Amino acid sequence: MATTSIINKLSNNYPVAEKVKGVFTELTRLVVVPLIGLLVFLLLWAAAAQNIDTSLGKFPGPAAVLEQFGSLYDEHRRERVKEEAFYERQHQRNADRVAKDPGYQPKIRAYTGKETFLDQIGTSLVTVMSGFLLAAAVAIPLGIAIGLSKTLNSAVNPIIQVFKPVSPLAWLPLVTMVVSALYVSDDPMVSKAYLVSMITVTLCCLWPMVINTSVGVASIDSDLVNVSKVLRLRALTHVRKIVLPASVPMIFTGMRLSLGIAWMVLIAAEMLAQNPGLGKFVWDEFQNGSSNSLARIMAAILVIGFIGFLLDRGMLQIQRLVSWDKTSADR
Amino acid sequence: MQDVILDISHIDMEFPTPKGSFKALSDVSLKIKKGEFVSLIGHSGCGKSTVLNVVAGLYQATKGGVLLNGKEVNEPGPERAVVFQNHSLLPWLTAYENVELAVKQVFGKQKSKAETKDWIEHNLHLVHMDHAMYKRPDEISGGMKQRVGIARALAMQPEILLMDEPFGALDALTRAHMQDSLMEIQAELNNTVIMITHDVDEAVLLSDRIVMMTNGPAATVGEILDINLERPRDRLALAEDAEYTHLRSEVLKFLYEKQRKVEPITTKIDKKNNKKSQAA
Repeated sequence: MATTSIINKLSNNYPVAEKVKGVFTELTRLVVVPLIGLLVFLLLWAAAAQNIDTSLGKFPGPAAVLEQFGSLYDEHRRERVKEEAFYERQHQRNADRVAKDPGYQPKIRAYTGKETFLDQIGTSLVTVMSGFLLAAAVAIPLGIAIGLSKTLNSAVNPIIQVFKPVSPLAWLPLVTMVVSALYVSDDPMVSKAYLVSMITVTLCCLWPMVINTSVGVASIDSDLVNVSKVLRLRALTHVRKIVLPASVPMIFTGMRLSLGIAWMVLIAAEMLAQNPGLGKFVWDEFQNGSSNSLARIMAAILVIGFIGFLLDRGMLQIQRLVSWDKTSADR
Repeated sequence: MQDVILDISHIDMEFPTPKGSFKALSDVSLKIKKGEFVSLIGHSGCGKSTVLNVVAGLYQATKGGVLLNGKEVNEPGPERAVVFQNHSLLPWLTAYENVELAVKQVFGKQKSKAETKDWIEHNLHLVHMDHAMYKRPDEISGGMKQRVGIARALAMQPEILLMDEPFGALDALTRAHMQDSLMEIQAELNNTVIMITHDVDEAVLLSDRIVMMTNGPAATVGEILDINLERPRDRLALAEDAEYTHLRSEVLKFLYEKQRKVEPITTKIDKKNNKKSQAA
């Protein structure tokens, strides 16, 4: 929108001075003002940090956090080098043994070094996305069914209304126990901790998506439903051609809402259950209690915020791509 | 009458409401011949749309029934295509795709790919929409949307075309254009049409017969007026025509003398005034 208004201003027959002025106002609004905002925030943060003394030293200012970003990245690089060396040694050792004894079956052992900050980011992202997709796979068909059938809606609505306000963290102990009891395998495909986090994410994504989908489906223009009736569309075609496209804007609203909540809940769940991910990183640093810990936690917080922002933007872009109702994405 | 295509026979329509059932229609009967253009006119709330919805099969009559070619109507179907007041195009499909959905559903495998394409384009051409075939509803004007809605209905090759105030939401100039287009199409295809309208000029200009409905509740057919004006009709020439003026005033008389609608607002004011005068 901003670019088009710049182009409009340029294409109109303004005098050159006016044109330049117009471009500058836009530039100011889009770039300069946010930069000033950021600068003021950094200054206030730095000033406040100076005056807060904790048992782990001064509260980290922007400079300390920036430094930790560097050292977190270095740690990651060092860990990778170590890992490569480990596999190299293992490979060498196996080759030597096979050379001595041709009947020997070489064993490949996975590297079990410490997870770095970047690994934890990856883990959290994979967990939140898989939990979110699982929830979508359940919630969207369920929401459509509820939206189409008043009877089903009356049957399910009270249950949803009761479970919706429950913090997914309250489910965490139950999920942990159930997963431990039911997910018994000698050679597990995924770790239990991952499964627990993912199910927690799924539980919190489920309700907003079900509710928004069902509302979207139930509020389809009755004229469109009549069109479908006059055309005698079969039930499945009706859902595919009319119901689904008509409720896409509402479905996406639900998805964006739940992805936002899911990201927040996941970090909390990882802290609480010590499941790998960014939450565990924060908790570990807190327990570690070195002089760098607070700066590292602050770095993690910035990363968590930035990823949350990117997830929301990503959903918005997908919504713009998929949805016919271009205005719904701006709401 | 041999060539009766649609027989609306003694239908009653009652709607359940929290305060008991509401009788919208009482003993509505109407026979429509093949190729006839019939307008239903009446004050708002008189049940015109209810009649149309019963014929479309969207409502089930409480009593009586509708026969199309001797077969009872009890569910909606493409042989009774409906043009809705608010175009009701699927907003995520282009004009072409909207018509395509109907054509594919109605003709399915009867038409080859090329035939389907030709048929869709033919119908859009008929309503003068070839230039905006690949535009979506939010990119075209209200009149154009309604044209696509008509093309979609025509493309189903219905036995009877049902139009629910098709031009009601359009401005006067666009409406006149649309009426001319509709007359043009009608001259070519000679469809059987039932059109609901609240516009007296539109009814006289387009119809072979005007069915005037009494006020609800329990509305029914009041009078039927035959319009034997020669076709093609030209709105400018007719404006001076004595017969046209006479027919027009017949409809107006029915609506504003015989079926004068009691305005609820004035009654309220009357009641207030009465109370005031009583208090005084």
